[in-house]
Amino acid sequence: MGKLGSVAAVAGGIGLVALALAGWTRQPAVQGGASVTGKVKFTGKAPANPVIDMTEEPKCKAKYTAPAREQIVEVNPNGTLADVFVYVKSGLPASYKAPAPTGPVTLDQDGCRYHPHVFGILVGQTLAIKNSDGILHNIKAKGTKNRPFNISQPTTMTSERTFTASEVMVPLECNVHGWMHAWVGVLPHPFFGVSGTDGSYAIRGLPPGTYTIEAWHEKYGTQTATVTVTGSETKTGDFSFAAK
Amino acid sequence: MKADRTALLAAVLLSVYPAIRLSAQDTTAGKNVYVKWCAGCHGETGAGDGPAASTMLPRPRNFTGAVYKVRTTASGQLPTDADLMRAIDDGLPGSAMPAWKGRLSDGERRDVMAYLKTFSSFFADTSQHIAALTFSKEPGGGAGAAALKEGRLFYDSIGCRKCHGDQGHGDGPSAPTLKDDAGFPIYAADLHQSWRFRGGPTAADIYRRLRTGLDGTPMPSFSDLIDQKFLTDEQLWRLAQYVRSLSPAETPEVRDVIHAAQIAGALPAAPDDSAWARLDRYWFPLVGQVIRKPRWFAPAVSGVWVQAVHNGRELALRVSWDDRSQSPDTAWLAFERRVLETMASDDSSPPPSAAEPWPDQLAVQFPRHIPDGMERPYFLMGAATDPVYQWRWTSQPRRAVAGLARGIDQFDALPSAPAAQAVYDHGEWRVVFTRALATPDTANDVQLATGRAIPVAFFAWDGSDGEHGSRMAVSTWYFLALDRPTPASVVVSPLIAMVVTLGLGMLVIVRAQRRGGQGGQGGRGAGRRSGV
Repeated sequence: MGKLGSVAAVAGGIGLVALALAGWTRQPAVQGGASVTGKVKFTGKAPANPVIDMTEEPKCKAKYTAPAREQIVEVNPNGTLADVFVYVKSGLPASYKAPAPTGPVTLDQDGCRYHPHVFGILVGQTLAIKNSDGILHNIKAKGTKNRPFNISQPTTMTSERTFTASEVMVPLECNVHGWMHAWVGVLPHPFFGVSGTDGSYAIRGLPPGTYTIEAWHEKYGTQTATVTVTGSETKTGDFSFAAK
Repeated sequence: MKADRTALLAAVLLSVYPAIRLSAQDTTAGKNVYVKWCAGCHGETGAGDGPAASTMLPRPRNFTGAVYKVRTTASGQLPTDADLMRAIDDGLPGSAMPAWKGRLSDGERRDVMAYLKTFSSFFADTSQHIAALTFSKEPGGGAGAAALKEGRLFYDSIGCRKCHGDQGHGDGPSAPTLKDDAGFPIYAADLHQSWRFRGGPTAADIYRRLRTGLDGTPMPSFSDLIDQKFLTDEQLWRLAQYVRSLSPAETPEVRDVIHAAQIAGALPAAPDDSAWARLDRYWFPLVGQVIRKPRWFAPAVSGVWVQAVHNGRELALRVSWDDRSQSPDTAWLAFERRVLETMASDDSSPPPSAAEPWPDQLAVQFPRHIPDGMERPYFLMGAATDPVYQWRWTSQPRRAVAGLARGIDQFDALPSAPAAQAVYDHGEWRVVFTRALATPDTANDVQLATGRAIPVAFFAWDGSDGEHGSRMAVSTWYFLALDRPTPASVVVSPLIAMVVTLGLGMLVIVRAQRRGGQGGQGGRGAGRRSGV
């Protein structure tokens, strides 16, 4: 299923890139290089996300006007799929050296949900795990290539951890609130993005080369595509996931 | 010259006495030990999937991920060799993992520890930091009221009750949702049974678990709270001491004879009558019913506390047991389904049915007639030709009936139902049965006489654990003695007890011999699971 549809140069992709990169996934600034941008389409009928029973947590419940739902399949109004992690799986030259991370990536526990739900981080980059709810959360990482951790956060506080090895994806969860799940892709390079509320993603600053790009979704699995870039060109790579 | 001679001597010693390398760790020798003693549960490849694994909950450790519950290292870090040796040497209470000290030599245990580290590449990764945390010494005064009050304060403020429940019985609101890293259902620890804690029962053990967490389970580490000065180290100790105070000071000893004192006047018929607090209580362990199919290897009720008192006309018997759920409880249905799925690979016939909202149940069993000798009906609910007299209590409908059981499947009610009152209090059932010592139906109802050793046995079902019918927890026969107020009892009771103890001692010896003959696999499970 790994068709990248058509890989064509698009001049005006930069705006979308900025959108997709905004917010939580703070990546090191990458100067120059090529870009791959695209949209993650969704076809078929999206399954309804389960409603969360927050009766036990009135503080969280109060943060919602409508009943909160889990974020398993987030289909955008424009028919695209959010929370798809798109990254360079292979193709980087052996000599490639990732720039040092510029700051922490923040994962916030707010309203008994994780923000963001899917994100990327560099090997060695600080993950700041914030509890904005001020009630007991535990944050557990269940990687297999990385050592796990499981931290208790019974109050408003921030804990910091790092990952030592590439791993797509490391599941994160709270056991006090069984519905809380997040996913982090740990990579040795900054060439990743997450599809946002308009379904677009962007990978910027790529050195010239031919790459395998993979798109990962927590329910629909992975798709791969191959793209070749040179100079500072921008190529489009769309993915499409179908309801099961 | 001298150095040469020493080297030569060492070489000779090494070749003649291979045992001299005891201090080293030999993974080849370790593999032999592993294959022989460990693979049955932990699997040939260390994935925790040996042939016996499917009958265990919790499941045997999967070594391939190098994720270990009981450590002295920070959350997520590899265990030290000493951590691994402790689990091998002392076993893991509350699980099927036995203590291997005494069964395997020092060298064998060290070798097998070295071998199981080879199942994961993490141990060979030199960038992994393996260092025990520095633990402070336990502050004094931990058993004092002020300290316990402070500990309780933190029990509430850091949210322990979310999983372990308001009174620590493992019945918190999140308890029914808990899974381990492999997706198997996992119980929040019942903090009233410290002898079943995997990492040990002392306040120091509990403090260490709070610092390190139990990797692979929902139990997190609280070290960050100390680092960020949300809690002081001493406050974490107070919490550990409070948790320790919830269990008896000593692991309960199993005494074979329940003594029911005689009192004058009315008996305490209510479960929370203050009179019960003054009466001695007796602990009886229960194990899964693994004789008749469908068998049950995951009993939720690990034992019952029993108290008895009589007034010459009636007997009141109080049975208390820890149960995480007041079944039927729909909040536990998904958990029950996961338990049944997890245990479904047993050779049960018929296979476990779909999860249903079963009630909780308890049965108290007597023979129909008090035997003169040691002959008693079959402990597992009698037989067609030799029935037993039982009281059966259910949580829904909330009532007790009396009847004759002729094996597990046949129960014929009798009119002599005992009066029963029950309370469910934050993860604990307390049920009081009251019945006249003598009844009109002397052929079927046990006639409870003073000064006799009355055989008694107990059965429990946790509906939310999928327990129903033969999927239950069972005890063996014990004895109930209705003491007499007359001086005669001073002589008679000890005599009875002596005879009984002697008989039981013989029984234990015979059984131990039989069990010893079962060999590795059976003997291991027998410790908790099949020691019926």
